[in-house]
Parts: sequence; C-alpha cells; structure tokens
Amino acid sequence: MTTHNAQASVLNENKLDGNRMSTSKRSKGIDYWLPKLVLSPTVAITIVFIYGFILWTTILSFTKSRILPQYEFVGFEQYVKLFLNDRWMGALANLAIFGILFIGICMVVGLVFAILLDQNIRAEGALRTIYLYPMALSFIVTGTVWKWIMNPTVGIEKFMHDIGFSGFSFDWIVDPDMAIYTVVIAGIWQSSGFVMAIFLAGLRGIDTSIIKAAQLDGASLFAVYTRVIIPSMRPVFFSAFIMLAHIAIKSFDLIMALTGGGPGNATDVPAIFMYQFSFTRGQLGIGASSAVIMLMGVTAILIPYLYSELRGEKQ
Amino acid sequence: MFKKTLLAIALGGTIAATAQAGEVEVLHWWTSGGEAKSIAVLKEMVNDAGHSWKDFAVAGGGGENAYTVLRSRAVSGNAPASAQIKGLEIQEWGDLGFLADLTPVASSNNWDGILPAVVSDVMKHDGKYVAAPVNVHRVNWMWANKKVLDDNGIKPPKNMKELWAASEKLKAKGITPIAHGGQPWQDATTFESIVLSVGGADFFNDVFVEHDQKALESKTMKESFDEFKKVKSYIDKGAPGRDWNVATSMVIKGEAAFQFMGDWAKGEFSAAGKKPGTDYYCLAFPGTDGTFTFNIDSLAMFEQRNDDNKAAQMKMAELILSPKFQDVFNMNKGSIPVRLDQDMSGFDSCAQASMETFKATSAAGKGLVPSMAHGMSTTSAIQGAIYDVATEFFNSDMSSDEAVMKLSRAVRAAQ
Amino acid sequence: MSQTKVNDARYKAITGRAILYAVLVIVALYYLAPLFLMIVTSFRSMEEIRVGQLIEWPKTFTFDAWAAAWNQVQIGAREDLGLKPYFMNSIRMVIPSVLLSTAFGALNGYVLSFWKFRGSELFFAFLLAGCFLPFQAILLPHSIVLGKMGISGSTLGLVFTHVVYGVAFTTLFFRNYYVNLPGELIKAAKLDGAGFWMIFYRIILPLSTPILVVSIIWQFTQIWNDFLFGVVFSDPNSQPVTVGLNNMVNSTTGEKRYNVDMAGAIIAALPTVLVYVVAGKYFVRGLTAGSVKG
Repeated sequence: MTTHNAQASVLNENKLDGNRMSTSKRSKGIDYWLPKLVLSPTVAITIVFIYGFILWTTILSFTKSRILPQYEFVGFEQYVKLFLNDRWMGALANLAIFGILFIGICMVVGLVFAILLDQNIRAEGALRTIYLYPMALSFIVTGTVWKWIMNPTVGIEKFMHDIGFSGFSFDWIVDPDMAIYTVVIAGIWQSSGFVMAIFLAGLRGIDTSIIKAAQLDGASLFAVYTRVIIPSMRPVFFSAFIMLAHIAIKSFDLIMALTGGGPGNATDVPAIFMYQFSFTRGQLGIGASSAVIMLMGVTAILIPYLYSELRGEKQ
Repeated sequence: MFKKTLLAIALGGTIAATAQAGEVEVLHWWTSGGEAKSIAVLKEMVNDAGHSWKDFAVAGGGGENAYTVLRSRAVSGNAPASAQIKGLEIQEWGDLGFLADLTPVASSNNWDGILPAVVSDVMKHDGKYVAAPVNVHRVNWMWANKKVLDDNGIKPPKNMKELWAASEKLKAKGITPIAHGGQPWQDATTFESIVLSVGGADFFNDVFVEHDQKALESKTMKESFDEFKKVKSYIDKGAPGRDWNVATSMVIKGEAAFQFMGDWAKGEFSAAGKKPGTDYYCLAFPGTDGTFTFNIDSLAMFEQRNDDNKAAQMKMAELILSPKFQDVFNMNKGSIPVRLDQDMSGFDSCAQASMETFKATSAAGKGLVPSMAHGMSTTSAIQGAIYDVATEFFNSDMSSDEAVMKLSRAVRAAQ
Repeated sequence: MSQTKVNDARYKAITGRAILYAVLVIVALYYLAPLFLMIVTSFRSMEEIRVGQLIEWPKTFTFDAWAAAWNQVQIGAREDLGLKPYFMNSIRMVIPSVLLSTAFGALNGYVLSFWKFRGSELFFAFLLAGCFLPFQAILLPHSIVLGKMGISGSTLGLVFTHVVYGVAFTTLFFRNYYVNLPGELIKAAKLDGAGFWMIFYRIILPLSTPILVVSIIWQFTQIWNDFLFGVVFSDPNSQPVTVGLNNMVNSTTGEKRYNVDMAGAIIAALPTVLVYVVAGKYFVRGLTAGSVKG
C-alpha cells in the first residue's frame, strides 16, 4: 500500500526521505546560506504582513479606536460590546450553517461527480470544463446572476408561473429563515466543480493495479470505491477541505452581491460584520475585536485538524 | 550627462506647465445615470477654470466601499483632495485634523450670508468651513402614481390612518400599495418618516439627535414600531434586496401606488418624462406636512500638500456654491439648492414646495429635523445600531415591545 | 449461460450507461443555466426587456449592450468611457502579479522541499495558517505600509499586495508538488557538484510544467477576480475591472440596464473563463501530476 497512498493534491503533505537535507549540511559554502536567502523575502513577508498585522489588529481591539486607529486602551470593552451585539451572534450562527453545508455538500457533490466522470465518459473534457467554469467567475458575477434567478418577482418563480405552473414557489431569497440556504446554493454552484477537479485528479493518481487486484478478489465496484479508493484519498479530502474552508471563512463578495446580508440581517456573516463596523460604522475597535475572535475560531478548528493530518501522514 | 540634462528639461517643463493648473481628485459614489451626469457638470466647470479633475468613483452600498477607500488613503498619508462625506462624519474627520480650512473662499463668497444656518453648521468644524454643500434633500416625501389613485377613487392620504385605508383598498384590488426596497437604509428611511409622523418633530429630535432614553422607551416609540410593521403587509414579495430606483419604477409604471423615499426619487420620474401633478404626486409623508427632514450632500476638502492642487481645490469649493452648478445639479437630482437666494423659477412645483417648507421651517426654528437614516443626526455608530434594530424588526416577527427595548439598548451601547 | 441472461446483462449495462450520461448532462445544464441566461440577456435590447420578461429568448439579437459596456457607458465623471480602461488596468496588474507570485512560490517550494534547514518545516506551517487570514482585517495596516513605501493607490501597490498575499498559496502548490518528486534525482545532482541554481534550472524547472500551469491558473483567477484589494488599494488610474463592473452594475439612479450589466459581467469574466476552457485540461492534469510518486 505504500506506493499509492500519497495522492493528488496540491496540499499533499508527504513522507520525507530524510536524506534530502543531509547534503546541505555537508557544504557550508554558498549552498548553505543561499536557500535561506531565497526564502528570506517570504519569511519577511509572513512576519510583517501576516503575523505583524495580526498583532496590530489584536492591539487595536483593546483600544477605543473609532473611524481611524488610535491607541487609547480600554481593556476588554470592545469584546464585551461585541458579544452583547445581536448581529454578531447571528453572524456567527450563519457562518456555522453556511460553512458546514457549503463544505459538506461541495465535498459530496465533488466526489460523486468525480467518480461518475471517471467511468470512461465520452465527452469528459467538455463536461469537466462545464463543471469547472463557475470557478472562473468572480463572486460578484455569481451573486448578481443568482440574485435574479432566485428573486420571486423576476426570476425562476415568475418564469414558472408564466408558463403555467402557478403553484410553483421558490422564494427563499426573500425569506429571512431560508435566505442563508440561497447563499449555500450559489456557493456550491461556484465551487463544487473545482472540488470535483481535485478529486478527479486524486482518482487518476491511484495505482490501477490495486483496483484490479480488488476486483479480481470479487469486490463489487461499489465496494472498490468505498473500501479501497476513497480511504486512500485522505490527503485529497484534506486539500479540498483547506480550499473550501478558506473560501467559506472569507465569504464576503458573494453574500454582498447576492443578498447584501439581508433580508434584515438574515445572511450576515462575520466578514461582513467586520467590514461594516471597521469602515462604515466608525467602530474600528469592535471591528478589530471581531477579527481577533474570527482568527481564534479559525485557529481552534483548523489547527488541530492540520496537525493531525500532517502528523498522520508522517507516520 | 546629456541624459541628465534632458531629464532636467523634461521635469522643468512639466513643473512650469502645471504651475497654475492643479488637480483635484474627487472620491464619490455618483457613478451612473442622473447622478453621474450631475457631477460631470462640476467636472466641466473645474476644467473650464483651468484645473484638471481626477475622477475617483467607487460605487456600492451608499458609499460603504468609498468610505473604506477613504480610510485607506488617509492612513497611507495620501488623502484625495475631496470626498463625498456628510453630516457628523465631517466632524469626525475634522477632529482627526484631516480637513482643509475653506475660510478664504467662504468669506470672499459670503457663504455665511447665502447659506442657512442648519446647512453651514454641518459644513463647519470648529467654526471653520471644511466642506462645501452640494444640495439639500428632503427625506420625508411620499410619491404616488396619480392614475392608480384616481382609478381607485383614492385621495392623497394626509395621515397614517388614511394611508392604511387607501392601502387596504388597493390591496383588495390586487395592486401593490407600497413599493419598497428591503435594504437596511430604505427600512430606516421609512422608519424615520413614521417616527416623525407619529411623534412629531420634537419627539424625532429627542430620539434621533438627543438619544433621550425616556423618549426611546416611550409609548410613542412603541406606536411608531406598530405603524412601521403595518407597512409590511402592503409591500410585495420581491421587496427584500430591491434597489430604491427599481421600487420607484414600480410607481412610475403603475405597478404600485406609493413609495416612501427622499426627493432623489423625483430624478427618476423626470427621467421617465413624468410631470408632477399630472402623472404623479409628490406629497409630504402622511402626517408630516410642514416638517422637513433634511439630508445634505457635501464634498469635504482634505488637506493637500501641493500648492497648485490646493488652489484647484479652493476653486472647486467656490464652484460648488455657484448658482449655475446649484441649478443644474439639483434639477437633475431632485433636491433643492443650498443657497437661500437661488432663483427657483426654473424648478418644478415639487422643488418649489420643498424650498418653501425648508425656508418656513428654517425661519420658524421648528419642524426642521436632521435625517437619521442619512447620517445627519447622529454618529455612524449609533446610526448603524438603529439600522440594525429597524431592519431586524421589519424582517422578523419581533414584537414592538421587544424592538423598543432593543433600540434603547443598542443606542446606549453605541454611544 | 443462456442467451436471455447475456441479453439481460447487456441491457442492464446499457441502461446503466444511459442513466449515467443523463445525470451528467442534466447537471451540466444546471451549471450552464446562469451563463446561458447572462449571454441571452446581453443580446436583447432594453425595449424588449422592458415590455417582456427578464427570462426570455431574444426576438432580435443586438450587440449594442456589448458595445455600450465596453466603451460607451459613462461611469462616474470619467473621460474614458465603459469598462475598457478598467480592463486594461487589470491586465497591467495581473500579469506581473501572477508571474512574480508564481516565481516566488516555485523558489520557496524548491527550498522547502530540497534544501530544508532548521525551522523550515515550522515556517511552512505558519505560512499555511496565514492562508486563512480574513483580508478585511489587514486593510488599514497594509495601507499604512503601502503609504510608507510610496506606492499607495497605484498599480505597483496592487501588484505588491497580490504578490504578498498570493505567495502563501503558490508556495503550497510547489512545495507539495516537489516533495513528490524522486529525491534521488537531486541527491545525485548534488553529489555531482551541481549547485542550488543549477539544480533548479536544469532538473527542477523542466519537471515543473504541470504545477506551473496550476499555479498560474489559480493565481490568474484569484487576482483577476479580486475586488477587495482592487477597490481599496487603487486610484482612478489603477482601478481593476471588478471595480469598474461594480461601479457600472451598482447603479442607484436611472433605469437598470440588465442587458448592459450582463454584457459587462461577461466581459469582466471573459479572460478567466477563456483560461479555464483552454487550459482546463492541463489544470486537472497538473493537479493529477502532483500525485505521481517516484
């Protein structure tokens, strides 16, 4: 099984054959410091533009900053205000609903269609392109188009009524209880094709001899997928998860274009909350504290997962 | 050596050429339609005065994106010469020391003499002019399609009771009574007009300017929420997320009878070739006749380093208050000029009526209130807090009692 | 085996295939529907949309909306009309950004795979975590830094920003591709006395085509479609096409010109869609190549 367990995927962490670094230690000449020099701009960037800015934002969250940064400290006041704000709690709940459904469904849809496309389909190239192209559109375009399609007075509901199905109803986008699911629909439309491409690549990377061996043993096609192929694609799931989580957490453009966070605040998410409080509400301190909470949330959920995945593969 | 000389000549040349002409970079969100045409007039005038105009248009969410850009540019030490900010936001920028002093232009053009005090107060920081007013909007308007009303035997409603009676009648006939766009600022615009109608100008002031907790928790407030909720039963299903101009076009086409919107809606009627009085009515929001909720658009001027650009900026400030620009801009936009001495004969009856009410309320010292929904009455933080409660209330089954409680709490938290 | 049984099995296989194709095609239609709607609407005239429905087949095809969106629509008070100037700004911005971020990613990935040193693994983990930073949180500090560097509100500033926040992803791509390359190749080269650059140019780069394609496509899409950085860190002479589209579509006065909006949306999306259609095959191939283990 050792030959096929590192599949696909861009993010695939792999076992290292430790000798690779031994040579660099041997010669203390140019090859010793050159790699460090080459990496240094990125190290500097990471320190300043990622962790430096996180630190800055954290400091700001303890100040009374309003429209612009100022450094008068007020302790945890902004955090207290944040958690007393109904909108913030709603935004967190919405992100949870959206994140779970979006990531989950994209994974399932992506996997199913990757498997279906992997059955020696005749027009695979064309179909694959069709599934993939939404990824090429900006979320602004996606949001604008789906906003029309789902609007009951101009979109699909009206269209169905006009052609005679007067009982047809699809008005989730104007229903505060259902609007978040329209965001899920549009998000899946945009991103599932990309997940499919990752899974398809994963399937293509599997050593066919194992599949043949399993089939010779009398396993059904279904069993081959569930027992052999899918378990061996663990790293691919990891890659897909990272990509999707990245999109879900940052979801902003799509919601702004699709619902603008409404009806009411029904589709508000932390990224929108942060943006509005920081830049249009003149409450930069609260905006910064919401950013810190978001980062802590991401860390709490992702780091254990990253750690176990990266660890797991090294063994 | 030769190259260096060339470079010196080239540089010297450009410096000489631009010694007089400066550049104004103007950040605004008047990106399309009548608004874009209106601002283009100012650009022409600036160009004619020998300066150049760098157009910095950023659309989206009533200036939401433009505000972000402005903050980014300000902290990077590179603020644009001018930005479309208004109301108390001007004071906040002034407090931070970003704004330019327009006193020389203002005194040589007698701004204190031609501007009403309510307008000049908003434009001044620490007693000095820092922004130039473009127009005065009246927010508490109701627009009505005349044909729809006539066909159904409805007279223009004068108070809330008549409004609901008319709406009930229209609804029974299958006509959408009220065209509404379900966006937070539109919800808030409707809400503030209802508060003005239910509680009157003094109550409006107590709530949205003074944030008096007693007023916020009063029975009048609960009543306002009750009335606000009634709107919901007279709007159509497609309202959430709808832009205001789309709602206006419903009234223009006769698909709906009324819209509650500021006088910028008139620009849409005019563009569609409709005439006030014959095709549509411009009415004070029911029960708010004789009061005036004002919303002043303005261009605030930011401190510039380059002297030529400073000169261009001052010239632009002067041009904004020129009768010619005030005429063209306001006729396009539906608002009224900021100058009390402006000749109103070229304006339509709605604008003339608006100007009369403005002058009357201004002279009487009552009935003239700053719009909450449009950032005139309070800080963006408190305004945002009120938006959140109003839109949440309107889009859920929250009770009026709960809304009153939430509103007073949210306002306190944002102070 | 009797004749009927064989027929049965064949029949089953054929219906199975038929269902499979039917499912794939129906799903393809679902994916295509919004694009189809956009294209159809962009060819209709406004008169037609006004009297008819939003979802309807055009009675007469017209390119007016496309011409309008490209270089006739007045956006703000600009001299140059339409999306064209914004489109050109995007091109000027996207090419250097994609090339630089990909080059950095390739070199970083190379170092992190073959020239590991103390702390390089840890650094990689920190870089990975940085991918999840919500960009709304860094707008102001980044503005300050851009201002200090004297490149705020310029194409250069945008390129810098996209390289800075793109390099985490490109490094990820290359690093995970390179760790799957046979280590013996590099070991042998090192023993032969080949240096850092020599190995990179002669051995690694020629093997990198699939992942270069992946990285370029990914970065191109991300940067071309970016709105947040594009709106915040630009000035009138560097606003990208997403900002232009937003300025055009987000109109709050005048009639909503659906046909022009849709034509504009397609124009803004054209380069990325083309990249996917033309290079989509290499994209999946590149992703797959990441899995080929020596």
